Amino acid sequence: MSDTPFIPGLLDSAVPVPSRSVWLEWISTVDHKRIGFLYLFTTLFFFCVGGLEALLMRIQLAWPGNTFLGPDVYNQIFTMHGTTMVFLVVVPLLLGLANYLTPLMIGASDMALPRLNALSFWVFLFGGILLYFSFASGHAPSAGWFSYAPLSEKGYSTRSGQDYWALALLGIGVGTIATAINLIVTIVNLRTEGLTFRRLPLFVWMVFVNSFLIIFALPALNASLVMLLIDRQLNAHFFTQLGGGSPLLWQHYFWSFGHPEVYIMVLPAFGIISEVIPVFSRKPIFGYSFVAASTVAIALLSIGVWAHHMFAVGLGHAWEYAFGASSLLIAVPTGVKVFNWIATMWGGSIRFTTSMLFAIAFLFTFTIGGLSGVTFATVPIDWQVTDTYYVVAHMHYVLFGGTLFAVMAGIYYWFPKMSGRMLSERWGSAHFWLMFIGFHMTFFIQHFLGLDGMPRRVYTYPDHPGWAIMNLISTIGAFVIGISVLVLLSNIVVSLRRGDLAGDNPWEAWTLEWATTSPPPEHNFDSVPPVRGPRPLWDLAHPEGGQA
Amino acid sequence: MTRFNTAKLAMSVFIASEAVFFAFLIAAYIYYYAAVVHGPSPSDSLNPPRTLIFTICLLASSGTLWMAERRLSAGRRPGFRLWLGATIALGAMFIFGQATEYAGLIAKSLSPARNLFGATFFTLTGFHGLHVICGLISLSVLLGLTFVRSFGQKEISGVAAISMYWHFVDAVWIVIFSLVYLTVWL
Repeated sequence: MSDTPFIPGLLDSAVPVPSRSVWLEWISTVDHKRIGFLYLFTTLFFFCVGGLEALLMRIQLAWPGNTFLGPDVYNQIFTMHGTTMVFLVVVPLLLGLANYLTPLMIGASDMALPRLNALSFWVFLFGGILLYFSFASGHAPSAGWFSYAPLSEKGYSTRSGQDYWALALLGIGVGTIATAINLIVTIVNLRTEGLTFRRLPLFVWMVFVNSFLIIFALPALNASLVMLLIDRQLNAHFFTQLGGGSPLLWQHYFWSFGHPEVYIMVLPAFGIISEVIPVFSRKPIFGYSFVAASTVAIALLSIGVWAHHMFAVGLGHAWEYAFGASSLLIAVPTGVKVFNWIATMWGGSIRFTTSMLFAIAFLFTFTIGGLSGVTFATVPIDWQVTDTYYVVAHMHYVLFGGTLFAVMAGIYYWFPKMSGRMLSERWGSAHFWLMFIGFHMTFFIQHFLGLDGMPRRVYTYPDHPGWAIMNLISTIGAFVIGISVLVLLSNIVVSLRRGDLAGDNPWEAWTLEWATTSPPPEHNFDSVPPVRGPRPLWDLAHPEGGQA
Repeated sequence: MTRFNTAKLAMSVFIASEAVFFAFLIAAYIYYYAAVVHGPSPSDSLNPPRTLIFTICLLASSGTLWMAERRLSAGRRPGFRLWLGATIALGAMFIFGQATEYAGLIAKSLSPARNLFGATFFTLTGFHGLHVICGLISLSVLLGLTFVRSFGQKEISGVAAISMYWHFVDAVWIVIFSLVYLTVWL
């Protein structure tokens, strides 16, 4: 590796590759676009796996007293579903998009550290494989995605699934931190001439802030994981009551990672929405600096709210008031953003593309999820609904209805850039309506199940009035979502071959990634247009100045 | 256009992340400090004067690395090699001290399983030791590279980044030494 040039475009010629098969090219690639694709395809695969796990759960819950999955299998499946969706889908999906788009949006030819970028991906991938290898070891982890001690300890989780869980997450954590370092250095160092932080595309802004959250939050997870592993492998007592350890410390440590993680899973999604809505409203974003600054506020606040996951353990009133208040506060910068997006649409000439439909659905669904989130910050309500389907509903409203809808908006928006072809709008709107209806069918009703006291993470339930029909509706909704994913996959496969050619800038967007060809060449830009404002391509088309 | 040195900037961000990792391990040590009621405690297990000697080795290694960097920027390769070698030797001394300390403690049947002092002590000092070993590997790679290629601007910033890491690992040890060993004398 002595004379490997740091510029990735030169790498292929400099490193002697014995046979240049396509596989080898993908495995050895350090190009941020290819690594972005690797992330996207991997997460799409895990999304399907995690989705199938969700369907298995919904089949089990379709009617009371079902025996489709036993309690033990059910525990494994919900643990794997949660862990997969959080660590192998949402976070890496957003990192994959960030990987692909950040250099293009700032006019750079690659990430600042291309080889570190490849390393991050492969470490992440092997973490994912390690997690699923637990099935082969005979028993997948079954202590839930946040693996509360002492349930996750040797005395209760006797088999090795839990160890695979911890090792897998360590790998994924290391890969994620490395990517965040790379993104920060890239954004600080490789912005093109004139692209100041006041002109940076909002997606890049969010990725930037998000990367700092990763840097400071993921180590908390890694520290908790190594302590759990030392407990399990070396018989220590960090998190077991026996020997003076404290299960509560696991909760504090895990959630001081886990709550920033919630924002790690949503900030880049805010970024996508902040790109999509202005372009399809034909107006610049309303209050650019407020959108950027509120992101920083969210990131800072998110570090101080972790204990609102723990109101049920009895922290004492003073702590509960403090964490309740800080959790309510975080609704303020989030609300600022929602109003900014609505104000951007206000009076614009809106184009209802599939991308825009998903963005609007995001606004609607995420706001519902945000409002149910505010109810949790009210401690007595939290006590009432903790560990019920109300929590499940809330969490899916922000993560699925929020982040994943935003990612769908992003996929329809950037697919033409990535592939050179348009996704079919007809299939797209079928996908959108199926997913939108399926989502609300599945999860809206779970609010009522939760308020009625149905506990989460229990493999079956008694035939209380209304529970059977509400669960059946939820299950049918889940299958509608499943069908919508099939429509998306078909749309991708068909459009890759037969979609309309996209051209450089099919949406008449304004950020730099649209200034190069679709798909971009390996070095990204032949020449980067000059940047004199937040919308360089608008400035280019209107050299005399003037506003939208 | 590049605004900051890429290697140094990346290393600073990495160090920030590592600092958080150690902060959580240190917090666990403090949190459980009072919880140790049975079995060995710091005062009847640790030997602060002995550890102080190896601490001085580690602290001195920061100085020698700084000297090495000065030789490198002056373009004096033999001096660079010499000071770099001294740094590696001092770091290895520290690891030797830690290894023998561990062997002694384990012989006295203190282990992570014994009690919370054992668990927090081995976790905290062990992860620090792992970081020193990673640093030693990196410094050895640098030393090897001095024999096979000339050091341009890229290599010099690589040295600077690894040096930042080494100083960081040193600084963490000052915190750990004060917290774990010096408190025995209180």
